[in-house]
Amino acid sequence: MASDKVKHISDADFAAVISSAQPCLVDFWAPWCGPCKALGPVIDEVADHFAGKAVIAKMNVDDNPVTPGKFGIRAIPTMILFKNGQLINQITGATAKAQIIDLVNKAL
Amino acid sequence: MAKTHYQLIILGGGPAGLTAGLYAARARLDHLLIEKGATGGQVLNTHWIDNYPGFPEGISGFDLMEKMAAQAKRFEMNSIMNDAVKVELPEKAAKIIHLDDGSRLTCDSLIICTGAHANNAGVPGEDRFLGKGVSYCGTCDGPFFRNLDVAVIGGGNTAVQEAEYLTKFARKVILIHRRDSLRAAKVVQEKALANPNIEFIWNSRVTAICGDKEVEAVEVTATDGQVSRRPVQGVFVFIGITPNNAGLPLDRLRADVGGFIPVDTECRTCVPGVMAAGDICAKKVRQIVNACGEGAVAVLSAESYLATLEHTS
Ligand SMILES: Cc1cc2nc3c(=O)[nH]c(=O)nc-3n(C[C@H](O)[C@H](O)[C@H](O)COP(=O)(O)OP(=O)(O)OC[C@H]3O[C@@H](n4cnc5c(N)ncnc54)[C@H](O)[C@@H]3O)c2cc1C
Repeated sequence: MASDKVKHISDADFAAVISSAQPCLVDFWAPWCGPCKALGPVIDEVADHFAGKAVIAKMNVDDNPVTPGKFGIRAIPTMILFKNGQLINQITGATAKAQIIDLVNKAL
Repeated sequence: MAKTHYQLIILGGGPAGLTAGLYAARARLDHLLIEKGATGGQVLNTHWIDNYPGFPEGISGFDLMEKMAAQAKRFEMNSIMNDAVKVELPEKAAKIIHLDDGSRLTCDSLIICTGAHANNAGVPGEDRFLGKGVSYCGTCDGPFFRNLDVAVIGGGNTAVQEAEYLTKFARKVILIHRRDSLRAAKVVQEKALANPNIEFIWNSRVTAICGDKEVEAVEVTATDGQVSRRPVQGVFVFIGITPNNAGLPLDRLRADVGGFIPVDTECRTCVPGVMAAGDICAKKVRQIVNACGEGAVAVLSAESYLATLEHTS
């Protein structure tokens, strides 16, 4: 089951979402990317884990070309962690749940 | 208290692990499959599979793995998402699996299906440009290189197949191979050699990936020592694999120098009750079809082993 705790964001609300004082992880993905789709359930579990403590968001790079362009994203899945609008860290490639949780934990 | 002991634990949810899960579930073994991240394994990294029987038109890597997972789930395969960070194989007692959340599971029999991951090229610039032009996955990243030029490093099945796929997006694909001929299957070679958008550079190695903020060129060094620079915006690396063996007791399992685990024809390792299947095994052919076959064989070996335990206990 897809988690309702994952926030689906777009170019339009990106800036507002990442300006949050809570850490915000954005998973950049696309429907044609197998590893991105397979990472979906992992992101869902991460979102459940951080419910209320961090924002876990997803952005479809096909529908939202501006933000990925701004961050020079040439590979997906890429996850970027923000806090107060600042880029804190970035991981590229399908990643284990524990590693993603670790990354967000460090920014709490 | 949560259950902590199983008759059988399967590590990894790629083709080998999911097939083992299907067989274990159908055998009604008391089992658990542990996958650390995305279910499906390396197959997810490929756009199209043309050599897995039963799909006359071929099938996308993602769809194939989703079907394998669904089939195992239909028979109530039991699985969790967790990283098995350490495996202990005591001489007499149950096998111990340490998970990343600090918990511990034990089992009577174990099937290792942790597979492998892509090798790095190990050249300057590779780490710096990861995600900024350097890639190990055509199906993930190909569309970012529309009308650009890309280099592919390698000459095996994966490299040649992915080079062919990348021509859907890239203006030109330059395949750089250290030998003077390809190792890929003949049909794969024929298609690639006839593709006007693939240029082959033989007897050469990429010795650096260059650029400022993004990839701008590769430095190519030929066997005769001649160095040239080719402008490209992307570099795709397909030069073999490294086993996912972190946390496994490699000495105990008598892993080979590459870190792969030797098994007999029944997929048994040298440790009683421990089987291995798929790309983690020391073997020559690493394909989906034999990974699945080995996953099935490993469960049947686990069942035989479990039967001997019942006799002695
Ligand atoms: C780009 C590419 C294209 C390919 N094309 C083809 C093709 O066309 N046809 C073909 O037959 N083969 C192809 N292959 C090869 C095929 O993908 C492999 O042979 C096959 O995936 C091996 O399956 P496996 O189950 O052994 O391992 P993997 O697919 O590697 O799966 C292993 C799984 O174990 C998990 N894991 C690892 N360590 C742990 C741990 N400690 N705890 C929990 N989980 C863990 C991993 O996350 C992974 O999901 C291709 C490979 C690549 C990379």
